[in-house]
Amino acid sequence: MAGTTTGIPANVTQGARTKGGVGESMLRPDGTLKVTGEFAYSSDMWHEEMIWGQVLRSTVAHAEIVSIDTSEAVALSGVYAVLTADDLPAAKNYGMEYQDTPVLAYGKVRHHGEPVALVAADHPETARRAAAKIKIEYRELPVITDEASATAPDAILVHENRGDHHAGHVPHPNIVHRQPIIRGNAAEAAKKADVIVKGEYTFGMQDQAFLGPESGLAVPSEDGGVDLYVATQWLHSDLKQIAPCLGLPEEKVRMTMAGIGGAFGGREDISMQILASVLALRTSKPVKMVYNRYESFFGHVHRHPAKLYYEHGATKDGKITHMKCKIVLDGGAYMSSTPSVVGNASSLSVGPYVIDDVEIEAIGLYTNNPPCGAMRGFGAVQACFAYEAQMDKVAAKLGMDPVAFRQKNAMEQGTVMPTGQPVDSPAPVAELLRRVKARPLPPVRQWESSEGADVRALPGGLSNTTHGEGVVRGVGYAVGIKNVGFSEGFDDYSTAKIRIEVINGEAVATVHTAAAEVGQGGVTIHAQIARTELGVQQVTIAPADTQVGSAGSTSAGRQTYMTGGAIKNSCEIVREKVLEIGRRKFGSYHPAWANAELLLEGGKVVTDGGEVLTTLVEVLEDEAVEVEEEFRHRPTEAFDLRTGQGNGHVQYAFAAHRAVVEVDTELGLVKVIELACAQDVGKAVNPLSVIGQIQGGTTQGLGVAVMEEIIVDPKTAKVRNPSFTDYLLPTILDTPTIPVDYLELADPNAPYGVRGIGEAPTLSSTPAVLAAIRSATGLELNKTPVRPEHLTGT
Amino acid sequence: MRVNFTVNGRKQEADDVWEGESLLYVLRERMGLPGSKNACEQGECGSCTVRLDGVPVCSCLVAAGQVEGREVTTVEGLADYAKHRQDAHPGGGCATGACGTSLQDAQQWKAKGQDSQTGEGAELSPIQQAFIDAGAVQCGFCTPGLLVAADELLERNDMPSDADIREALSGNLCRCTGYEKILDAVRLAAARQGEVV
Ligand code: FES
Ligand code: FES
Repeated sequence: MAGTTTGIPANVTQGARTKGGVGESMLRPDGTLKVTGEFAYSSDMWHEEMIWGQVLRSTVAHAEIVSIDTSEAVALSGVYAVLTADDLPAAKNYGMEYQDTPVLAYGKVRHHGEPVALVAADHPETARRAAAKIKIEYRELPVITDEASATAPDAILVHENRGDHHAGHVPHPNIVHRQPIIRGNAAEAAKKADVIVKGEYTFGMQDQAFLGPESGLAVPSEDGGVDLYVATQWLHSDLKQIAPCLGLPEEKVRMTMAGIGGAFGGREDISMQILASVLALRTSKPVKMVYNRYESFFGHVHRHPAKLYYEHGATKDGKITHMKCKIVLDGGAYMSSTPSVVGNASSLSVGPYVIDDVEIEAIGLYTNNPPCGAMRGFGAVQACFAYEAQMDKVAAKLGMDPVAFRQKNAMEQGTVMPTGQPVDSPAPVAELLRRVKARPLPPVRQWESSEGADVRALPGGLSNTTHGEGVVRGVGYAVGIKNVGFSEGFDDYSTAKIRIEVINGEAVATVHTAAAEVGQGGVTIHAQIARTELGVQQVTIAPADTQVGSAGSTSAGRQTYMTGGAIKNSCEIVREKVLEIGRRKFGSYHPAWANAELLLEGGKVVTDGGEVLTTLVEVLEDEAVEVEEEFRHRPTEAFDLRTGQGNGHVQYAFAAHRAVVEVDTELGLVKVIELACAQDVGKAVNPLSVIGQIQGGTTQGLGVAVMEEIIVDPKTAKVRNPSFTDYLLPTILDTPTIPVDYLELADPNAPYGVRGIGEAPTLSSTPAVLAAIRSATGLELNKTPVRPEHLTGT
Repeated sequence: MRVNFTVNGRKQEADDVWEGESLLYVLRERMGLPGSKNACEQGECGSCTVRLDGVPVCSCLVAAGQVEGREVTTVEGLADYAKHRQDAHPGGGCATGACGTSLQDAQQWKAKGQDSQTGEGAELSPIQQAFIDAGAVQCGFCTPGLLVAADELLERNDMPSDADIREALSGNLCRCTGYEKILDAVRLAAARQGEVV
């Protein structure tokens, strides 16, 4: 790629190279604020005279609302407002892809925990007590909870009158979207197979469980609008959905990003934004709203639980002949991003392998289960869990080494995807597997090794339940493929406004975008890119808000690529303008201004030969240059609705894992000893945060493998474990060391060659852990998470 | 009710406290000290960890009335606490009133956009600096609780093994980092502490 970091000009000695540019491990600019407790997260907002908002949620999953009586709640002292759907000022529904989600339920509730009424009061406890006094009468309806109940010919429809654009293409109105992919002839190719392996897999419902709860502050403004401070992944998408529900033009809804305590897809959909705004407008008071953890489990969409049915065939020499699969994703009561998740699951269902003959079908259901939508890995995670289990099964049946079998079938640059799209950048699948395999194994039975003998190293740790009698070790491998950025013809772009000026005798660049810093380190790399492109040391990152164009979502691994690209683009134009000013002022003094390639380095204008012409300060003096530009990745297209063919994806990311586990077969306890990852990151803009992202993603995959699941009662569709007591997350004791080995094989089409990083490690870590547990125990284990009873057969 | 207690070396008085209010709520919403975080409010995540008379506790599980007459240290007071660790009453070294957050400062805490450029030049405790240097902060929501817990560990044990660190921090969830860099940070702070001695 052009425009990457340039070398140090030979004859410039003094601070020539800009420090802290692309490729260096830089520390977070918000680090100090975050370690001192001063960083203002969305739940930290405070305003004089603010009052508190509280939601009342449905206690049943599927019912007609017969009546709502708010009289007792209103009468409570300290209560400012009690609202139901009848009190909403304008549009009653919102939604990212299709507006089917009620702000407050009206007519019907479709899932447990759906918002039904709203309270504003002077103290959060007053608000809670008032909410508890609202009386709702429900007439319960049968619940739809799985594929069979959803697609039965006489099934009650979750949405009676669908008006979305998928409605006409689906075989049943309780199917949100269906994406088949047919390529080659799987039935014919199956005849060449020496072995055929079938499998059924179940992937549990995972929660993003970001630590910072849904929260924010809505402040009514004098012009009748509202100023909203919230934590979200995409300000402009929120704005588009909020304004119609408030009955306000978008200019009157001014959004500012508040500090975000993690997101992982769970902040893509609206949560409390509209609710707090409605209350603020209604009461003319600033309204703060903070979900507690119980509410948070109801307040955002989850990862789609899935059933996956796979068939693979292979010849004796280890070549895969064909693949057939059906993937059923449970989208829950509202659409959210289910159609896109279906597209992803379907188009990535083969995994990173060369399979010419495939028959694929993915569907997303409407049910009365909790709504599901975006979560790190977005549809690719569920598929990876199943196809990687299949790879091990086929290899075992052939008597082949599972890694060698994968490598033999691994895709590479040029491989054609089942959608007909060739992979046109590096795809080092075999190499990533080689790297994790080549790593020396951690020592066995560490709890009894003379050095550092420690029961804490045992499965079960300090509980002192075993001394290692029934403990066996297993090793497992997995690899995955994830698309990066928004696919299927989505107009995906980002905007950046860059300003350069002299402040206190120094050239300073300001980067203003609407990009969400969810913890991934965007703010760090935005400054790095500006330093590299503009040769300045000082970069200010302006707060993200809706005063600048959309940055798109901080999701799909796209933000470094997209907003990074927008910053780079804008900086390039700023640089041209700066040089133009320089040419105007100093062009007559030195011929280089006219005929040399000029660079900005270390606060100076330098020729490509390294000669310093002048400083940025002298060029700019009291002028400022400001540019706001967009960046788009190359266009994609929708998949054909019958054949699934189409150039749907922009870029792919690849990661491989090796898991080493020790399992206590008597107690059914698993201890993951090590979870090594190798990933191609294209270009590590900030190596420190690259590793942090890979380790974090790996840990979320580990969580699904052995403990994380939202349990929904199949009879009532009620959530059984909406708390951190009952929804288990990996602690520091459950998480092993995660050695990371990254490759930098540049994507020639991406800025600096970057490849999305955050999502891929979430894919392969789950199947790697499962494979390791299977190798330790010899059990089938076709479901996540693996629980003690699955291991002990009780 | 009224509650009198010391926060980060400063005498504080909270009025009109409801009987059900937690120490966490009083700190965050009444004292203007939002550094301690509210991730679960049921003692499961450790984001709200503070020291109560020196002992790390989940402030979401402590009723405000229980802290009457006692000393609380939050992440906001961590640097000062670390500096005065050798004193008989660390965190009490602030009789001058030069540290801690006054109620007036608290009132001035307003909704403001995230500004990544401030906070420079703040005095940090070794564990705070190590968290930044090791890349142990991502979204940072878990960070205040982890810092308070890790600082207490290092006070007790200046050369903790990895198993010791894991044990001490096992009550603090982090959803972003995968913990590896948090371990790095504690090791780094311990090593730096060793060099000074
Ligand atoms: S908020 Fe106190 S332990 Fe989670
Ligand atoms: S929870 Fe986000 S950094 Fe720990």
